[in-house]
Amino acid sequence: MSTATPQPSASSAPKTGTPASPSAVEVHDVTVAYHRKPVLWDVDVQLPTAKLIAIIGPNGAGKSTLLKAILGLVPLASGRVEVFGKPLKEVRSRIGYVPQRETVDWDFPVDALDVVLMGRYGKLGWLRRPGKADRDAAMHSLEQVGMAPFAHRQISQLSGGQQQRVFLARALAQDADLYFMDEPFAGVDAATEQAIVEVLRRLRTAGKTVVAVHHDLQTAPEYFDHVVMLNMRLIAAGPMETTFTAKNLQSTYGGRLTILEETAEAIRRGGRER
Amino acid sequence: MDALLRLLTLQDANTRTVLLGTGVLGVACGVIGSFAVLRRRALVGDAVSHAALPGVCAAYFIVGERSFWAFLVGALVFGVLASAFISFIWTATRVKEDAAVALAISGFFGLGIVMSRMIQNQPGGNRAGLDSFIFGKAASMTMSDAGLIGVVAAVVLLVVALLYKELKLLCFDRDFAASLGWPTLLLDLLLMALVCVCTVVGLPAVGVVLMVSLLVIPGVAARFWTERLEVMLLIAGALGGAAGLLGTTLSATVPAPESGLTRGWPTGPLITLVAAAFFVISMLLAPRRGVLADLIRRVSLRRRLQSQNALLAGDDRSPLPESPHPTDRPRGEAQP
Repeated sequence: MSTATPQPSASSAPKTGTPASPSAVEVHDVTVAYHRKPVLWDVDVQLPTAKLIAIIGPNGAGKSTLLKAILGLVPLASGRVEVFGKPLKEVRSRIGYVPQRETVDWDFPVDALDVVLMGRYGKLGWLRRPGKADRDAAMHSLEQVGMAPFAHRQISQLSGGQQQRVFLARALAQDADLYFMDEPFAGVDAATEQAIVEVLRRLRTAGKTVVAVHHDLQTAPEYFDHVVMLNMRLIAAGPMETTFTAKNLQSTYGGRLTILEETAEAIRRGGRER
Repeated sequence: MDALLRLLTLQDANTRTVLLGTGVLGVACGVIGSFAVLRRRALVGDAVSHAALPGVCAAYFIVGERSFWAFLVGALVFGVLASAFISFIWTATRVKEDAAVALAISGFFGLGIVMSRMIQNQPGGNRAGLDSFIFGKAASMTMSDAGLIGVVAAVVLLVVALLYKELKLLCFDRDFAASLGWPTLLLDLLLMALVCVCTVVGLPAVGVVLMVSLLVIPGVAARFWTERLEVMLLIAGALGGAAGLLGTTLSATVPAPESGLTRGWPTGPLITLVAAAFFVISMLLAPRRGVLADLIRRVSLRRRLQSQNALLAGDDRSPLPESPHPTDRPRGEAQP
């Protein structure tokens, strides 16, 4: 793996912010290990811009780890990651992140608006406090997810779906070009699911890229354009229509074959019940 | 009684010094301890403060006298050692984190006791004042001790004021902070270093064993009264300061058992008891999060339900009571 070879995208599109770069993320031969046990093995994948991208795979397949590896939250045992054709450090301000909801203490003494304001912290820089402009931006983000009436509610008094929407609003307040979301649909009610889907579509229309860990195979083809199928190794990646096939699902999920065949069959028939 | 009067009127310069010292210490500990609690580092903080004892002993061995800066460096080095020990055990073995913390607390404290005994057996070792570092003896606090507490408290409060936003996000969502490119490890170290510094200046007054009470209890008690972090910090500071003042006052006025001498009590346990009393009061009486408020809410809800059921029995048209969380499934539900 020579690092001297320039990436075609990097050389042809030196400017940032333009859609000239075909890849939002390039993951090159990334291996990640926890306690010396590999979780991701030699993953090599490119994610296109202005698409809604789902990462799917069974439990323990390394889906969250792949997000964290791209975000620099876990050390890479080998390989490298480029975002918009650049090292991560140079493009941090263009990235938004929605961690898994269960990773934080929802009894923390802050209200919904406080949490969304945290999305502005990256742009503020050290020592500076958020001002009125940040507060307005945060309120606007809350409005986009339909949570403005709950701005001053302590976060433990929100339902699971409302908490997820607050997390999404925080990412929107980051005003990024590329969003990483770790199971944004996990444990949410139907109204929240719909609200999130609408936000995702608006982001795509605005030319933003969203990479989300997704669990629900039924809804994956409906919500997303592009899919990354993962089971420690990369099984397949590409446009939903050509990649989300019974054969690929079978190699991704292995033993649990019958359910998957039924799912894939249902999808092929266009029987999207939701 | 006479002693109490002298104390309350602040006639005694020494008493003034001691009260000022422990009060200011309580404020600083309450504030920085709140962050440690929210970061779920309460027990790591305990390990760090216990590790201060071998730290100051090692410093005394090297320097040969009681020196604040040497003690500080010693305590910091051992505090970092203790937290590094905990994370090493946790990541490199299958020992769980709570067991690793218990190991660190007892191990470092045992080492500290052995080292302090060795120092006291040396000629002139008593002058080190290490015996009072275990349970604290505020009466032995000197003017310069109190001055150091003041400086440390000022530094702690300044850092918290400047890095309020950073510490808040670190405690709430470390991964998100890291995704912004923030040096979260450094921030964590800074938080533990501030805990360490407070411990070192608090040693003469509170002692290593109970230092954790002044760091943890004010924050935990304050949380009952508010849903806002800023307010929680203010209340924690106030409660910590009050615990320091009251505890010291008690230790100076209540006659000690055997000798009948005043100031015979170690201050650490009394400060801890006052703080614990604050906690119990907060837990019971806090308006929204308190146990009594919760009980009242439950009883009145049951009453409402009963009367509504009685109505329903006769009249189908009465509306059902509204659930407090109308929208969706319970929180924290596991996903397939």
